[in-house]
Amino acid sequence: MVTAADMVAMAAFHEGRHAQAFPSFGSERTGAPVVAYARIRDVAIRTREPVLHPDLIIVQDPTLLPILDVFAGLTPQGFALVNSSRSAEELGLEKVTASFPPGHVVIIPATDIAREHTGRTVPNAVLLGGMAALAHPFDLESVELAIRERFPGKVGEMNVAAARAAHRLVEAQRQVNAQPPASTRALATAQAPANTQAPANEAKGESAHAAAN
Amino acid sequence: MLQQIEGSKAIAHTVAACRPEVISAYPISPQTHIVEELSKVVKEGSLKKCEYVNVESEFSAMSACIGASATGARTYTATASQGLLYMVEAVYNASGLGLPIVMTVANRAIGGPINIWNDQSDAMSQRDSGWLQLYARDNQEAADLHVQAFRIAEELSLPVMVCMDGFILTHAVEQVDVPEVDQVQRFLPPFEPRILLDPEHPISIGAMVGPEAFTEVKYLAHHKQMQALELIPKVQSEFEQVFGRDSGGLLHEYRCEDAETIILCLGSVTGTVRDVIDTRRDAGERIGVVSLVSFRPFPRVAVRRALKRARTVVVLEKAFSVGIGGIVASGVRTALIDHDVDHYELIAGLGGRDITQESLNDYLDEVSAGTMKRFKFLDLNRELVDRELERERLNRRSGSIPENMIKDVTSMMTEAAR
Repeated sequence: MVTAADMVAMAAFHEGRHAQAFPSFGSERTGAPVVAYARIRDVAIRTREPVLHPDLIIVQDPTLLPILDVFAGLTPQGFALVNSSRSAEELGLEKVTASFPPGHVVIIPATDIAREHTGRTVPNAVLLGGMAALAHPFDLESVELAIRERFPGKVGEMNVAAARAAHRLVEAQRQVNAQPPASTRALATAQAPANTQAPANEAKGESAHAAAN
Repeated sequence: MLQQIEGSKAIAHTVAACRPEVISAYPISPQTHIVEELSKVVKEGSLKKCEYVNVESEFSAMSACIGASATGARTYTATASQGLLYMVEAVYNASGLGLPIVMTVANRAIGGPINIWNDQSDAMSQRDSGWLQLYARDNQEAADLHVQAFRIAEELSLPVMVCMDGFILTHAVEQVDVPEVDQVQRFLPPFEPRILLDPEHPISIGAMVGPEAFTEVKYLAHHKQMQALELIPKVQSEFEQVFGRDSGGLLHEYRCEDAETIILCLGSVTGTVRDVIDTRRDAGERIGVVSLVSFRPFPRVAVRRALKRARTVVVLEKAFSVGIGGIVASGVRTALIDHDVDHYELIAGLGGRDITQESLNDYLDEVSAGTMKRFKFLDLNRELVDRELERERLNRRSGSIPENMIKDVTSMMTEAAR
């Protein structure tokens, strides 16, 4: 999860933009709810405060939906990408979906897509690919670069395939739902922070340290 | 090379580029990623002639560093929080012996109650240890300060602490132009030790000094830190010539030329404060910010020069001295002793509490309206404090404060959610 935020920053960096990624710190342990943030701007980023009003929220773990208001602070024209194999109705997200522009709240089975392409259940790359299609903070090619940099070799290629699949899926969903078509608003604004929430799938290293000290 | 990189890794690779010969450290959050990466670099064999000494505690880490440095090896360690406290006796010995060890402090709060988040109480507790202390505003400066720290330490034969905000900097992934070996070699000459344990020419160090010379030894410790006040800006400008970046120095000024109000702070909060300054400047307020880089030695003259035209000075600190107040603020007061200035002390970000632009703006609105108290804790939850005070008034056996507070916070959150 923390890795996902780092890769968001890496993808933006590959497009020559300034990016900042950081976890919400704490006694991290695998499975505990964790929030990580990313900011993307065309100018140097100085502020160190958490992202309080994100333009994009990624929810990695849908079991958090009944416990936390994960959409808190999302800007009125913001985007949300939720990882679930269930529908908005099943997740109880009709109200949230209706309160944002059509096509801005998208649900994809990221864990299933990850399992299919990588044999593992880590949805980071999938959600990055989906995010690129949903809010266009950067191109899919930059996501692929960031994935390959982080995971060289076969693991990287499997994750790239997973990201591409998610990108296609979200593009297709947006064509069905979206009116007007895919907006580039997140790119056009000076700031496109993302706020991702999920268990610390990839944060094992972090968790061990925090717990040990 | 410009990279999108985690702060800790940027520091590890910068330290490696300085070609240390001995690294000895014990892991503790939020310093862990730095020493993990360094141990990896050493194990891979890319850092030749460097020994990474695993130890069982911070006290041993600093003791190993003392021994290594005394044999003429360029020596590095890193710690934080309780780890720094655990090594304190050896910390004082390192400076007392005049050994140019460089240490990163990944700033974190001190318990109890135990807290693993950022503030600067750990480094501030060592302000009288005889070490130089340099505070980094961002990860670029944190990296650059390590290169400068070896240069300053070895030239003066004094140890240097590079303080960087734990988590906020160590765990942030952002752009850093990581210093390369060839650049560092142009800037940092080989280590020529003043003190050298050499079996060919046996000496002993660490002798007891009685009343006949102890004052003079301490006087010289102070004298050498005063020399550092001249050396630090010189190193800053030579660094700029080689690396093309303005990093380090005694302090940074931002929009202070005509400022009536100046905030003085240390470390990573600088970025947030600069954004606040820009917003308030746009609204017509004459306001600026000074970020102290060198806290030890305390650059009294430079601080006076930077602040003397201001009518209001706010010192923002991520630590405080229980029973009196601001730590940096008392230094600032002595620097401005003959000046008619309104002093404000703002304690913020303790134990990882977020310092938001919104809270800073609310605070500064009250400062400019003249309604702010002289000593203030930013975003203090007054209700939480009052509940505990009331409990203590009503009940002799009121219990442990931290546990009471946690229960109250939980119940207040539950109430708010209803």
